[in-house]
This record gives sequence, C-alpha cells and structure tokens, in this order.
Amino acid sequence: MRGRVSKSRTTRRESKQPNDEMLLKLELRSNPEALCLVRATVERAAEVLHFPEGDARAIVRSVDEALANVMRHAYGGRQGLPIEMRCRRWSGESIEGKQSGIEIVLQDHGIAVDPAKMKGRPLNEIRPGGLGLHFIRQSMDVVEFSRKNGKNQLRMVKYLTPTPRPAGSEGE
Amino acid sequence: MDIAARPAAGGTILDITGDIDLAHSPAVRKALLQEIKEKKTPKVYLNLEKVRYIDSSGIASLVEGLKASRDLGSRLVLYGLSKSVREVMELSRLQKIFEIHDDEAQATAS
Repeated sequence: MRGRVSKSRTTRRESKQPNDEMLLKLELRSNPEALCLVRATVERAAEVLHFPEGDARAIVRSVDEALANVMRHAYGGRQGLPIEMRCRRWSGESIEGKQSGIEIVLQDHGIAVDPAKMKGRPLNEIRPGGLGLHFIRQSMDVVEFSRKNGKNQLRMVKYLTPTPRPAGSEGE
Repeated sequence: MDIAARPAAGGTILDITGDIDLAHSPAVRKALLQEIKEKKTPKVYLNLEKVRYIDSSGIASLVEGLKASRDLGSRLVLYGLSKSVREVMELSRLQKIFEIHDDEAQATAS
C-alpha cells in the first residue's frame, strides 16, 4: 500500500470475530446536503454500540469532516460523484491491549490524496481553513489514508473502552 | 438553516438556526461579512443557541468574520454555544480568540 499515514496508536493485530459485524453500508453522492443525513445515521450507530455521548460526537465530527474533505478536495467541489461508507463493529488489539469499537471506511474515486500534504495547519495560526484533518486526528484512535485500485480510502477506528494494561506490561 | 437579523444594543443580532456545515457555512459567512463589511455594524452578535453542530468550514466562516471585524475596529460577539459547538471551538483552540458569552443578556451587556 502506498502513501499510508497512520496515527501512533495504530492497531497491530485485528481479529475478524463474530462481533466484527457490518453495521452500515452507505452509497452517497458528493452533495453537501447529504451530510446531515450521514451525521444522524452515524450518531445512531454510535449509540447502538454504547459509545458515551462525547465519543459519539467525536465519531460524527470525524465522518462529517472526512466526507467534506472528499467533496471539497478529492472531487474539487463537483457534485453527484460516488462516495462509499462502511461502518462495522470492530475488535482487535492495540498498543493498549484488547479493544473493541467502531471502524468506518470511506472510499472515493477522486484525485489521489498526497499524504505528505495531509497535515492541516498549525493551530497557532488564526486563519480560515486547514482544521478538518486536525479534528479527525484529535477525535479518532486510528486514522489511515491509502490509495487502492484508483480509489482513495480513509479508515478510522474509535475504541469503545480502553482495556487497562496488565500490571508490569510495557505494551508494544 | 435559517439566519435572521434583529437590532440589539449598539449593533445587530444574527440568530442562526440549524447546523453550520459545508452546505450552510457559505450563508453564515455571507451574512457575517455583509453586517461587518458592508453595513459597518459596530457590534455583531452571533446567537448560536439553536446551532447543534458546526464543522471546520463553519469555524472558518467565523474566523473570516472575526478578521474582518478586527480590520474595521468593530466587534464580533458569540453567545449560546452548545456543548458540541464549544467542543469544536476548543479543538480549534479558538475559544480564547473569540469573545464568547453564555447568553444574550451577558453578551449585550458586554
């Protein structure tokens, strides 16, 4: 996989157990008016998985910002182009031990995203723009960009409840 | 999304109803810049009591309004921020850059 950018808490091992069930698969178009519908849907999905209110807001914010980025940057503001969103219950291991949570994968057919440019702006600069990616990185535990078969893919995971590390464990 | 203007102490209140997202932030930007740059309103109060959600494009519109008001020596005052909107302000580290009050009485008395 080329051009992969991950957060430091990226998972090492993930299991596809019976609990890893698909919750949602949405095919939407690059129309900003659709964002409110997706937000409402993702909020319900987070509630179904018993995420606390604050975490549910973080998940909704990340999906909204990611979709807005696809519409504005990958598709350059052109409307009616396809975006796919898949959302599943997730379980696996992270540097903090066994985790469960939600995995959201977005795919689009827009121009290739350059991970080197996906940094957002420094927060001490007071100017419009450059905040969306910062919100996503602040809100999710795993954020991975990739390009496969002519599609941009963004994979995000939010852990439900961090499992305490066993005593004496130094982690990974 | 609905934006309504009404007179207030030394300026204008813009009552915003709805989510300020990619679909609607251009309307907020336009209304703000119209008050600040075209009408030269000395104090523009942004009532966010009925805003459940704001995204980064909405924040960008507010920052543009703030910059315009600073350039012209006027004031942009925000009030009635929901938990969600306040969170986004904090994530942007802008909560100390904007003049923010809890409610209309406090904002207009400022």
